[in-house]
Amino acid sequence: MPMTPTAPPSAAHEHCDLLIIGAGPAGMAAALAAAPSGASITVVDDNPQPGGQIWRGGPQVALPALAQQHRSALAQHTNIRVLTGTRVVGLGATHPTDKAPALLLEDADRGWTQHSHRTVLCTGARELLLPFPGWTLPGVTGAGALQALIKAGLDVRGQRIAMAGTGPLLLAAAATAIQAGATVVRIAEQASWASLAGFAAQLPRWPAKALQALALLNPHLRASTHVLEAQGTVQVQSVRLRRGMQGEETIACDRLACGFGLVPNTQLGQLLGCALGGPLSNGQGLAVDAQMRTSVPGVYAAGECTGFGGSERALVQGAMAGHAAAGQVQQARALRPQLARWDGFAQALQASFVLNGAINTLARPDTLVCRCEDVPYADLAPRQGWIDAKLHTRCGMGACQGRICGAATQQLFGWTPAAPRHLLAPARIGTLAACAPTPSTPEAPTG
Amino acid sequence: MTSPSPPPHTVQITVDGIPRQVPAGTSVAAALAQQPPGTARTSVTGEARAPLCGMGVCHECRVRIQGRIRLACQTVCTEGLQIHTDAGTAPGSATPCP
Repeated sequence: MPMTPTAPPSAAHEHCDLLIIGAGPAGMAAALAAAPSGASITVVDDNPQPGGQIWRGGPQVALPALAQQHRSALAQHTNIRVLTGTRVVGLGATHPTDKAPALLLEDADRGWTQHSHRTVLCTGARELLLPFPGWTLPGVTGAGALQALIKAGLDVRGQRIAMAGTGPLLLAAAATAIQAGATVVRIAEQASWASLAGFAAQLPRWPAKALQALALLNPHLRASTHVLEAQGTVQVQSVRLRRGMQGEETIACDRLACGFGLVPNTQLGQLLGCALGGPLSNGQGLAVDAQMRTSVPGVYAAGECTGFGGSERALVQGAMAGHAAAGQVQQARALRPQLARWDGFAQALQASFVLNGAINTLARPDTLVCRCEDVPYADLAPRQGWIDAKLHTRCGMGACQGRICGAATQQLFGWTPAAPRHLLAPARIGTLAACAPTPSTPEAPTG
Repeated sequence: MTSPSPPPHTVQITVDGIPRQVPAGTSVAAALAQQPPGTARTSVTGEARAPLCGMGVCHECRVRIQGRIRLACQTVCTEGLQIHTDAGTAPGSATPCP
């Protein structure tokens, strides 16, 4: 792969050999795998620090050794440039001479067009957040969100926190909250004890995961329990829960953290034309082959945007994508047995935390489903699909561009959100000026 | 960078003109959530909203920082940072300018 010099940071057009979107475990592993090839590598992440969600740094965080190793290794490679606080807002114009495709990037100060012939998408996953009465009250967050806020400095000492939803992230978030001094008053897991036991019984196949699971066990965990309502006036004060078929309980709390599973972040991949169908994501993730190639030439994908299997799977996939994108096909192939092992874990996860149908019936007619445009359930229920809903109600047309309500209506109504279009996120007008039209006299690569 | 124990060095920010001291490295979203109800913005129908996803997806935490609309969860508090919780109060106006 040829070395292309990196343009000075003020240029509206920049080049790299390999562009990696996302600096979580997959993106870091991809960059480190590709680095020995000598390629110029740019890694972009919209968070203030690399690490993704699982290795998120912050004032209250002692990062695990593996995360620290990855961060320092990234910093040691002079051909890896990590751009944090940088967001992909859309497509850039293909370079007129070398035909390199481009993405439009924006940071706090500027916008520019980043050209690269090869791109690895490590865009991760977000939480599935589903509407229930009171879910827009301040104090109600995602489960992973609470974890992220605590890591980012939120002091929860002495606070009562209830958690509801499904999956191992609930237990992990509860453990983070307890460690930070909160009292976790309830963990409501919608799956049954039978499902949880079935999952636990498989864990010895992945001993490290079994140990993690043991460490996360909590006496306030209840199975077959789901949220009915968050109650409060200006902020959440209590949560009403359904236990089993009949029982209900109301628990006072200062915060309620809910997560109903994960949704792969495929918007950028879809914008580039990548096919969906990742088998470990109910078909919602980006489809990749054994070399982590998507359906679009030059575009690779790794980590949770292809399916859910945790950081171990993301690290292996990331390394495979980095090797493959750098032309080191043998090295990518050598990792296949490791990937198979973590794909097995991902399959066990998916089978154990299937959402109970009752979760789809929590919203009342006046419960908002689209939080950007404040569209209630009653306005959406009669609509025929996503586009019909957008046209008639503005659902999905706000600042988040349907990332929250698109996934929610997919779960509630079975609607398929339309593939996103340029722009992916709100952008400054100065950024748009950097993307189009393509300059008729291209800047010579400078260095 | 990652040690949780040393005495926290703090920075001063203002939220809607009111000064606050927060530990250095705190995200703006965490700083907002620290003081209940933690409102970041007002929705198009007038509801108070606070950070939801914590990871740059939902845009519920968008605030005006030094005059620009930014996501509170992806912005770190620095000395003198001025935060206003008046972003996007009218339909279609994602980015009112100061």
